[in-house]
Amino acid sequence: MIYARGLVKRFGEFTAVDGIDLEVAPGEAFGFLGPNGAGKSSTMRMIGCVSRPTAGELRILDMDPVREGPAIRGRLGVCPQTDNLDPDLTVFENLTTYARYFGIPRPEARRRAAELLEFVQLTEKSGSTVDPLSGGMKRRLSIARAMINEPDLVLLDEPTTGLDPQARHLLWERLFRLKQRGVTLVLTTHYMDEAEQLCDRLVVMDAGKIVAEGSPRHLIETHSTREVVELRFGDEPPAAYVEKLAGIGQRLDPLPDRLLLYSDDGDGAVDEVHRRGFTPSSVLVRRATLEDVFLILTGRTLVD
Amino acid sequence: MVTTYAVTQALRGGIVSPARVGAVINRNVGALRSGPAYWMVLFSGFFEPVLYLLSIGIGVGALVGDLTLKDGQVITYAAFVAPAMLAVSAMSGALAETTFNFFFKFKYVKTYDAMLATPLRPAEIAAGELLWAMIRGSLYTGAFLIVMVAMGLTSAGWALLAFPATWLVGLAFGAVGMAASTYIRGWQDFDLISAGQFAMFLFSGTFSPVQDYPPAVEVLIAVTPLYHAVELIRGITTGSLGWAMLGHVLYLIVMMALGLYVASRRLTTVLCR
Amino acid sequence: MGTLAVLERALVSYKRLWQASVFSSFILPVLFVISIGIGVGGYVGDVDGVSYLDWIVPGVLASTAFQMAVGESTFPVLGDFKWVKGYHAMRATPVGIGDMVAGYQLYIAFRVIIASVVFLGVSAAFGAIHSPWVVVTPFVCALLGVAVSAPTSAFSASIENDSYFALLFRFVVIPSTLFAGVFFPVSQLPALLRPLAYASPLWHAVELCRSATLGVAPPWPAVAHVAYLLLWAVLGALLAVRAFRRRLSD
Repeated sequence: MIYARGLVKRFGEFTAVDGIDLEVAPGEAFGFLGPNGAGKSSTMRMIGCVSRPTAGELRILDMDPVREGPAIRGRLGVCPQTDNLDPDLTVFENLTTYARYFGIPRPEARRRAAELLEFVQLTEKSGSTVDPLSGGMKRRLSIARAMINEPDLVLLDEPTTGLDPQARHLLWERLFRLKQRGVTLVLTTHYMDEAEQLCDRLVVMDAGKIVAEGSPRHLIETHSTREVVELRFGDEPPAAYVEKLAGIGQRLDPLPDRLLLYSDDGDGAVDEVHRRGFTPSSVLVRRATLEDVFLILTGRTLVD
Repeated sequence: MVTTYAVTQALRGGIVSPARVGAVINRNVGALRSGPAYWMVLFSGFFEPVLYLLSIGIGVGALVGDLTLKDGQVITYAAFVAPAMLAVSAMSGALAETTFNFFFKFKYVKTYDAMLATPLRPAEIAAGELLWAMIRGSLYTGAFLIVMVAMGLTSAGWALLAFPATWLVGLAFGAVGMAASTYIRGWQDFDLISAGQFAMFLFSGTFSPVQDYPPAVEVLIAVTPLYHAVELIRGITTGSLGWAMLGHVLYLIVMMALGLYVASRRLTTVLCR
Repeated sequence: MGTLAVLERALVSYKRLWQASVFSSFILPVLFVISIGIGVGGYVGDVDGVSYLDWIVPGVLASTAFQMAVGESTFPVLGDFKWVKGYHAMRATPVGIGDMVAGYQLYIAFRVIIASVVFLGVSAAFGAIHSPWVVVTPFVCALLGVAVSAPTSAFSASIENDSYFALLFRFVVIPSTLFAGVFFPVSQLPALLRPLAYASPLWHAVELCRSATLGVAPPWPAVAHVAYLLLWAVLGALLAVRAFRRRLSD
């Protein structure tokens, strides 16, 4: 579906995407994980054929995005990072007018619009304008709009950024259904829980480069330990404890407010901390996540 | 002078503090300085009535020739149209500031929310906005009067007398505009306001004497405010004073008083809800 | 296909919001004709051998089209880039940049034609129509509409701050309306200023409409007036495509 080799995007002096390679297979749910400014959105815009690659090779649906942009876009569904729904139109009209951009005949457009509103649970809002909808509803409408041309490939840029937890879960559930139908999903996110929920495979991006690639499980197993212990101390900054706790677990990472201790046996590591005579003000043993992988790979946190 | 009266009345009632009213005006001056094209926009506001004067007054005037006024005085068509443009300019300047800009600041920019979080009171905001509208409006009317004198459409002496008259016109429309904007629901109401404004612009004896209209229409026009503003200012700039002008002055004073009364009663409800 | 979809979107939007423009599109021009054409006309003898009302009606017809076309391609176009992001939504579909420009110009032509036909109906009731050639005027107005709307769209697509529109109206639109032969003959203008009126697309449309409603020959060969308007439309469209592309790239 997507094939890229040495893909580069520069804006003047600034290199947003710095030579990335990737392949996405049909039916896959593929994610770009990384902090803001990592180059995820620039990559997505190149895949969506709205931004020309500065260098490198890019093929979408086995076509050339520069020369065959309209043909490719006709088979893509794009859900942008900020909603660009039409405030003058109703929810239903937003879908039908968008369908016309793909040359879908009017009766068919109406049939699909009704079906998609059902799918994103907005049928009763059909006649309302866009303004009074909540953030989660707007995003669901954007997703329905992206599905109107029955795309082979759906691009979702930060699909749940800015939504409350309940709206996020509803959205994830809908996207999971799409995945089950065999739709190829490509999404960007800076939430590791989102990447873990939705992606079969993902790449971790930082400063325009891909720093790791694989399934969420695989990334965690390769780059992190099975468990992570979060230790908070009342008296001294976490960095002060790095030396004192050296040798426990495989790795220690001091953050401004807490110390991360990587170990395949979290409880054993906590016992060892106590044995050395330290009593943290709080202790949390948890499974490793992609957040930890990112921290290990780049030395920085995903969300600051 | 009317403004002075309105302001001193307000001061005596202990409603407003001059310093705080000044602060509201100061914000508007500050806002002017920021926007890139804003000075240009402000400056260009002066051109509109002048262009109308040149096009209709001089251009169409060449086709019309001279007009005979009610009192038998014969004037050029440009001298007939110019005072009307002056009155229109005073009206639209005051209305723009007290309706459109007021609503915009109140509803979207939330300027007043920020102001009301300080010791400022609604009446002070209103007085500040109204005075600001007057300052801005009198820049336009003053410049326009200079143009009229330069073009020989009135004498310098009459122009000096007409200047305060434009203030009365501005205050009357500004006060009513402010009262009206406390009832405005959304942008669609501005279409109504500008429609009304334009209808008055075309039919208040601006381009042709109202005596030409059927008597019923003439009475209808005599009820609307711009007619009185035009007649008052035209009487002054053409130097044909008459007792009827006292009626026009009275009409505008009552209009201003009513506007201020409604606005001051409604503003607190609207701004502090 | 993409062009028609863009037109359709504008029409669906208009269907929802048409009431807002009733006054400016349909009522205002009629009021103008009554106030100036009939009111002031009472003091004007004949102009070019016809009554002032007959003379001014085609002028108001064209100037309404002119103002509508400019107005519809200022805030709506900038807004669609800046706030609504409707063009960005289109950009993600097979719709091309040429489609966006062409579709919107078709919409302008549609709006202008509707307003012209309504205005002509009222003018006929005033007895101001004197030639069957009047049937071409809605198309002349549509051509004028595109001739000014296309370059205005290009302008709107290339600015960030909407206060430039106030300048556009005060320094371009209002002077054109007042001095391009709508209210009085351009021959009355000082010789130095006349070329400015001839340069304005509005003047060419006014003269074409006037010759059509009065059934007389226009000052220049009709084909020259039309060619001048076409030139504006084509150059304007090219500028608009360039400005849209620039705004939507990266």
